[in-house]
Amino acid sequence: MKEGKIIRVAGPLVVASGCLGAKMYDMVKIGELGLIGEIIELKEDLAYIQVYEDTTGIGPEEPVFLTGEPLSVELGPGLISSIYDGIQRPLDVIRSKEGDFVTRGVELPPLDRSKKWSFTPLVKKGQAVKEGDFLGEVEETPLVKHKIMVPDGAAGKVAEIKKGAFTIEDTVAQIQAKKEVIEVKMFQTWSIRRNRRVHERLMPDEPLTTGQRVLDTLFPLAKGGTGCVPGPFGSGKTVVQHQLAKWSDAQIIVFVACGERGNETADLLLSFPELEDPHTGRPLLERTVIIANTSNMPVAAREASIYTGMSIAEYFRDMGYSVALMADSTSRWAEALREISGRMEEMPGEEGYPAYLASRIAEFYERAGKVVCLGSDNRLGALSVMGAVSPPGGDLSDPVVQATLKVVKVFWALDDRLANMRHFPAINWLLSYSLYVENIKDYLNSTVAEEFTNLRQEAMELLEEESELQEIARLVGIESLSVKERLILESARSIREDFLHQNAFHPQDTYTSLRKQYVMLRTILHFHNSGLKALEEEKSLEEILALGIREKISKMKFLPEKEVGLLEVFMEVDDAFKELSQKKGSEENV
Amino acid sequence: MYKEYLTVSNIAGPLVIVERIRDVKYGELVEIEAAGGFLRRGTVLDISTESAIVQVFEGTIGLDVDKSRVRFLGRSQQLGVSDEIVGRIFDGSGRPKDHGPQIIAKKMLDITGSPINPDARDYPSEFIQTGISSIDGMNPLVRGQKLPLFSGSGLPHARIAAQIARQAAVLGKEEKFAVVFGAMGITFEEANFFIEDFRNTGALERAVLFLNLANEPTIERIATPRLALTCAEYLAFDLNMHVLVILMDMTFYAEALREIAAARKEVPGRRGYPGYLYTDLATMYERAGRIKNKKGSITLIPILTMPEDDKTHPIADLTGYITEGQIMLSREIHRKGIYPPIDVLPSLSRLKDKGIGEGKTREDHADVLNQLFACYARGKEARELALILGEAALTDLDKLYLEFADRYEDEFVRQGEFESRTINDTLELGWKLLLAIPRAELKRIRPEYLEKYYPEKK
Repeated sequence: MKEGKIIRVAGPLVVASGCLGAKMYDMVKIGELGLIGEIIELKEDLAYIQVYEDTTGIGPEEPVFLTGEPLSVELGPGLISSIYDGIQRPLDVIRSKEGDFVTRGVELPPLDRSKKWSFTPLVKKGQAVKEGDFLGEVEETPLVKHKIMVPDGAAGKVAEIKKGAFTIEDTVAQIQAKKEVIEVKMFQTWSIRRNRRVHERLMPDEPLTTGQRVLDTLFPLAKGGTGCVPGPFGSGKTVVQHQLAKWSDAQIIVFVACGERGNETADLLLSFPELEDPHTGRPLLERTVIIANTSNMPVAAREASIYTGMSIAEYFRDMGYSVALMADSTSRWAEALREISGRMEEMPGEEGYPAYLASRIAEFYERAGKVVCLGSDNRLGALSVMGAVSPPGGDLSDPVVQATLKVVKVFWALDDRLANMRHFPAINWLLSYSLYVENIKDYLNSTVAEEFTNLRQEAMELLEEESELQEIARLVGIESLSVKERLILESARSIREDFLHQNAFHPQDTYTSLRKQYVMLRTILHFHNSGLKALEEEKSLEEILALGIREKISKMKFLPEKEVGLLEVFMEVDDAFKELSQKKGSEENV
Repeated sequence: MYKEYLTVSNIAGPLVIVERIRDVKYGELVEIEAAGGFLRRGTVLDISTESAIVQVFEGTIGLDVDKSRVRFLGRSQQLGVSDEIVGRIFDGSGRPKDHGPQIIAKKMLDITGSPINPDARDYPSEFIQTGISSIDGMNPLVRGQKLPLFSGSGLPHARIAAQIARQAAVLGKEEKFAVVFGAMGITFEEANFFIEDFRNTGALERAVLFLNLANEPTIERIATPRLALTCAEYLAFDLNMHVLVILMDMTFYAEALREIAAARKEVPGRRGYPGYLYTDLATMYERAGRIKNKKGSITLIPILTMPEDDKTHPIADLTGYITEGQIMLSREIHRKGIYPPIDVLPSLSRLKDKGIGEGKTREDHADVLNQLFACYARGKEARELALILGEAALTDLDKLYLEFADRYEDEFVRQGEFESRTINDTLELGWKLLLAIPRAELKRIRPEYLEKYYPEKK
């Protein structure tokens, strides 16, 4: 291995001389401890290295070992249910070997080398295959069939294919290429900074359902789409992200806890094995990979953690899965960029962030998408990306927020004021938007209900009207509003409190299927329209608001996911209004 | 013997640049002897083959380029610990300040510490009863949490912190308990208040104090909280104690950090604070927590005075992003003469959900908490409305809420500095106030609890 020599150490930045021949983004090992770092700038024979571990005790004259390889992830069976740090070191294994605190210079393979996986071939000897084709599969968990694919760039005839239990280092297939024989193992390595190739990209057209009413109905994300959740502290970003990780109907979840709280990560780790996937009934951990680089872990590894997570997510996408990646929070990643950039004495852009901040953010989100994967079967895969952003003081003019909004298609604006009123999820319905509404319209109308998107529009209009009416009421008093306008206020309140408000900690309320969301919203709007009609029939607003059915509507969210019970409430709205209109004669005499 | 260098080339603010050095490591501890023999210590911030930038803890007054002698000690800053450390008072660099003997160290610990492996963390879920209703009832603290007090100058945060330290206990358990107090840049009077309070209540015997006062070297403040936390880690994870760490005042700490960044001519972030302030604060705050299969725990209460009571100021803002909630003090409530002036609405305890309820506090705790929140919020709205339109404009229901808000502040929030209420008392008090609200309005409380705890009015 080629060796360089340290000439400067400043926090996470190390400069070494004698590195001629090293390539950008090559991995290096530093000092006797073998700390892991990555080359981020080359100047003649000097290499600027960002170090993924604390550099205390490192000094000039110590050696730097150049591996000549880029910083890579290992991709293969064993990824699911794992918890990694920012550079894919397995934290559970580190704990059993090194104790409760993360020590430096630990070198452990990300995937278990000794575990045997049962490999089932999917091709026959002599069959022609090309890159991306499935050679076989491994049942990694009851939820995930891990496909072993022909590696990038390889093609030929299957010369040998095995069946049985193997470790990831055993050869399971041989491919006779034009000139040589390629041995295929169950795992491959991939540079985290390189996108994994796809055959073709498509427009996202299916919703990623999350069971969160405000998201699915009002501001939906598409499978293969991108979204962001900015908000000040205490507004519930992390709860939203956790809810997404728990209930999204993606087949694989990659959760990147990037520079966030250790206790929250512990909560994920302790609750995921116990929570059930609503679609399959299996523990959620069986479809999840967690990357945890908490705020006190080395800052440079935080920068890498986003890419480590992305590479793993892309790998599962290539198998034809729908994958969702959550990054909490991208602001911490951007701050890591800023810190390294500052130490390199680069010319700063806005707020001290490097000038390339916006392009890095755009590159990151652009790795999402609905795609036709490599391989002859033209299978589809999707990678959806949701990033939390933590702007200082909740100020949306923050450069990270602004750069993110330029690329993402869904904006879930968290609102401090709503959070203080304990309205959760505190997503502001007037500020948020989704650009996928049109893309997924056909899908929703054909699979959920014909009028679904119309109802959505109607609800949005009511909420819009509410804010205008409230403005008027504040200025000249509520008495100045007509009864119709006051009914609008009440109905909008019902949408807010009975529909949008959702308790993440209530066993029934935490997840709502699209169909139930539809029936709930339809019932609320049905009440509103029946109320309008009753007003025309000269009923008083008080009478309408005194109807007992309103309480039932407000409790719909706690009803089980059974069509019958839900539709019953809808029917009862009709009954209630019929009763009201029959009372007409007697009331009028009063 | 260590090699001595007489090669200081540049002294600027808290920084000293030493030339022509050999075998010096990043983060190494440094001793600098001034011309008069006076010793100071520092640490290496930046090191290249030619020179080292040393940050001097005790300040650079009296140092000269010509005669200062610099020794590199070959190790980073450490704290010697043993079980003798409990009951002692140290200065901001860890030297005894109570005229007692030096600690005979059983262990030398690096003060920067190592991050807890996220996989080893246990989720905090044990309720701590502080005896203060507005904390226990509304924003309960759990063991292993980091919950800062967001205060302003002139507010009684010190008295509240002392009260928590005095009264904090876990229900139904007698366990080894210790308080570690780290003071950064506070005045003698403030520090003395804690020492006297600890002494009077006998808490001093189970406390460790690290004091860097306002007139002591600014740069030393960088080390003080780390010494306190290193000591806390030893007590918690080696000696199985439950440790409450109080750090006061984080604002002065952050200012010291800014001073160094400015002296190094770093690119400043918001309001001149360095871009890495978040990471730097996190490496301290995140040392709180619980570890699986370990008995002890570290609960952290940092106190910070927000400049101009502005919670979007970088120090408060970044702290809020790292800690698990915040207890917010309010000048408005303080002006009304209410102690403790805790404003419950913007306060938050993120870890409360797993720490309360049946078997921990009481089954109805979560519901009562939500209901009190909702009623108080509505009462405050009514109060604003009454200010604009006059009380006559309120509906009867709103008047009830307004009255509720007043009584809530006066009876529930207000309590004596030496009054410790059990969680049961706090919840009963809550119910007593809720009695004034019609039963149909109490939507956040489950019917079965209403049945059980809401005494029908005759």
